[in-house]
Amino acid sequence: MNRPTLALALAGSLATALAGAAFAAPLSPEKMVGNEKCYGVALKGQNDCAAGAGTTCAGTSTMDYQGNAWKAVPKGTCVTMKGGMHMGSLTPIKS
Amino acid sequence: MDFATGQHAFAQALLHADAPLPVGLTGASGTADAARFAVYRNNVHVGLTRALAQRFGVTEQLVGAEFFAGMARAYAQDRKPSSPLIINYGDDFPDFIAGFGPAQALPYLPDVARLEAAWTQAYHAADATPLALARLASLAPEALAGLVLFPHPSATLLRSPHPVGAIWAAHQGTELADIEAWQPETVLVVRPEMAVNVHVLPAQDGLFAARLFAGGTLGAAAEAALTEQPTFDFGAALVGLLSLGAFADIHHGDVP
Repeated sequence: MNRPTLALALAGSLATALAGAAFAAPLSPEKMVGNEKCYGVALKGQNDCAAGAGTTCAGTSTMDYQGNAWKAVPKGTCVTMKGGMHMGSLTPIKS
Repeated sequence: MDFATGQHAFAQALLHADAPLPVGLTGASGTADAARFAVYRNNVHVGLTRALAQRFGVTEQLVGAEFFAGMARAYAQDRKPSSPLIINYGDDFPDFIAGFGPAQALPYLPDVARLEAAWTQAYHAADATPLALARLASLAPEALAGLVLFPHPSATLLRSPHPVGAIWAAHQGTELADIEAWQPETVLVVRPEMAVNVHVLPAQDGLFAARLFAGGTLGAAAEAALTEQPTFDFGAALVGLLSLGAFADIHHGDVP
């Protein structure tokens, strides 16, 4: 596609998409939510950004830095794909 | 011994279990006390490894607490915090995991950790108003192809050969969810307002988004996407990305 043709195609494609998008600047949070439903699968949840409980005293009870005799095998949830190759166990672990 | 040298020796002793005690460090009785210093050393390690476990919660679930603790301990042995802000600790933990032998059985693990690192970065990133769709509508059509978009300060685009978004999302509820399809995913992590959002982009838009995030012009990014997938819809992809708050500003490509 040569340059002028590409520019025309892009402008046309954008105009079509903008015509279909209900927008008024700036987008309200409600509209953002609406748009998320039609573009880009929104994944629920967030890993809580724990600020960090006071670990200083708790730390003294376990000598973590010395415990190097760990078994080098992942034993977590792992994941499986449906109906295919096994990637590991689907059993949730409580840690 | 000057202060800097003493400080360095103290830090080395703290971070390495087999390092000698700092010279001149004694208890009240005037003698060196390895057991007491070990308590301090242990606190540092526990603090660092717990910071990693809190930041990389899904990664920990994927491998189990015991494995994660060992991996975090190995990381903390080698990597001191480079900033006093513990929220930044572990920025390169995903790279460490990628090179960590025992974790090789889970090839998707580094990318899951990258998603988690991006989540925290987005959470603490500067606030910025996302680029509005109205700005797009006001552009001259002939200028469109030469424009460059600036990513939102909170935004990270993660392209993975694994379903990294689905794996992350599967661990967000109380029950572990299934992975619907084992396929590559392009994930956008962004905080357009107060909440961090994680989105899996449509597959055909992944390359386009990646080129834009790398600073490519709209024209170059669109050409690459069209070459890869002739049904690529430029307008829908661009409007979609803006709607998610992926970008903060727009500039002419020839302006530095």
